[in-house]
Amino acid sequence: MASSPYFSLAVLFVAALGFGLAPLGLAWLWARFYAPPKPNPVKNAIYECGLVSKGDAWVQFRSAYYLYGIIFLIFDVEAVFLLPFAVAFTGLSTAACAAMLVFVLLLVEGLAWAWAKGVLTWA
Amino acid sequence: MDQNLKIELGKQGIFVTTIQELYNWGRRSSVWPMQFGLACCAIEMIATTMARYDMARFGAEVFRPSPRQADLMIVSGTVTKKMAPQVVRLYNQMAEPRYVIAMGACAISGGPFKQGYNVLKGIDRYIPVDVHIPGCPPRPEALLQAFITLQKKIDGQHLTGEDRPRFLNADAQGEFPVPEQGAHDLEPTSNRGVWPVEIHGTRTRN
Repeated sequence: MASSPYFSLAVLFVAALGFGLAPLGLAWLWARFYAPPKPNPVKNAIYECGLVSKGDAWVQFRSAYYLYGIIFLIFDVEAVFLLPFAVAFTGLSTAACAAMLVFVLLLVEGLAWAWAKGVLTWA
Repeated sequence: MDQNLKIELGKQGIFVTTIQELYNWGRRSSVWPMQFGLACCAIEMIATTMARYDMARFGAEVFRPSPRQADLMIVSGTVTKKMAPQVVRLYNQMAEPRYVIAMGACAISGGPFKQGYNVLKGIDRYIPVDVHIPGCPPRPEALLQAFITLQKKIDGQHLTGEDRPRFLNADAQGEFPVPEQGAHDLEPTSNRGVWPVEIHGTRTRN
């Protein structure tokens, strides 16, 4: 066994394990003999600011803002395309102009749909 | 072990100690105070930790913002009746062994606000106080003096036997009841376990 090339490695492994576990074991023994645990509901409370926690952490947040964010994105992206569209308007072919109008109409359709659904009413 | 023999051996270069001494030396040299201040005394407490007075010399520079990691509560200032339940609850949440320094006249007795309707007349009505510092506010040197007194107290504690401190005694109580706001005063008005004197009289004077 001692002739194995991994023997020294195994010895080092056991020594390293002992180096880590011995202090933990000593601390555990010390606590067992000299430090009686005294748990109580106040001590075990989760919140540690001196105040008692109220209610549940599992609450629902309204998704209204998320919808506003999506609609804002529509106008945001539209503006990015509208500006070069306006600058290059006089030089555009009929096909390009029609494609651009289709794009704007698609966005307007989305806005009309959201409006009809009552998303723009914050309540 | 005989103290004189120990000193004699020390002169010969032989260091003799006991587990109890080593344990107490370790604990008193690394007291972690809780980081919370109540009133003007807290300013003196902050000054004590800074470079000029340098509380780090005594191993207590690590102020922890959580009661779980602290073992010394410095009640630095006026304890209002609104704040008292929170202070007692924080004390309950500290890990054992835990110590309390009542800093300044207010924390001891209510101080200049003793006649006030909303000031607790001393935090030792609810939690056991180890060291009291008089003063309004006490100077940083006074806080250091109190800290050294606490260290001496820790040094003298026994691990076993009848006179061992509360936290080593499995039968001693670990929970200190948190008072609640009553109609006119905190209820109960004191913890009879640490404040044996009965409190009665008009509500502004007690």
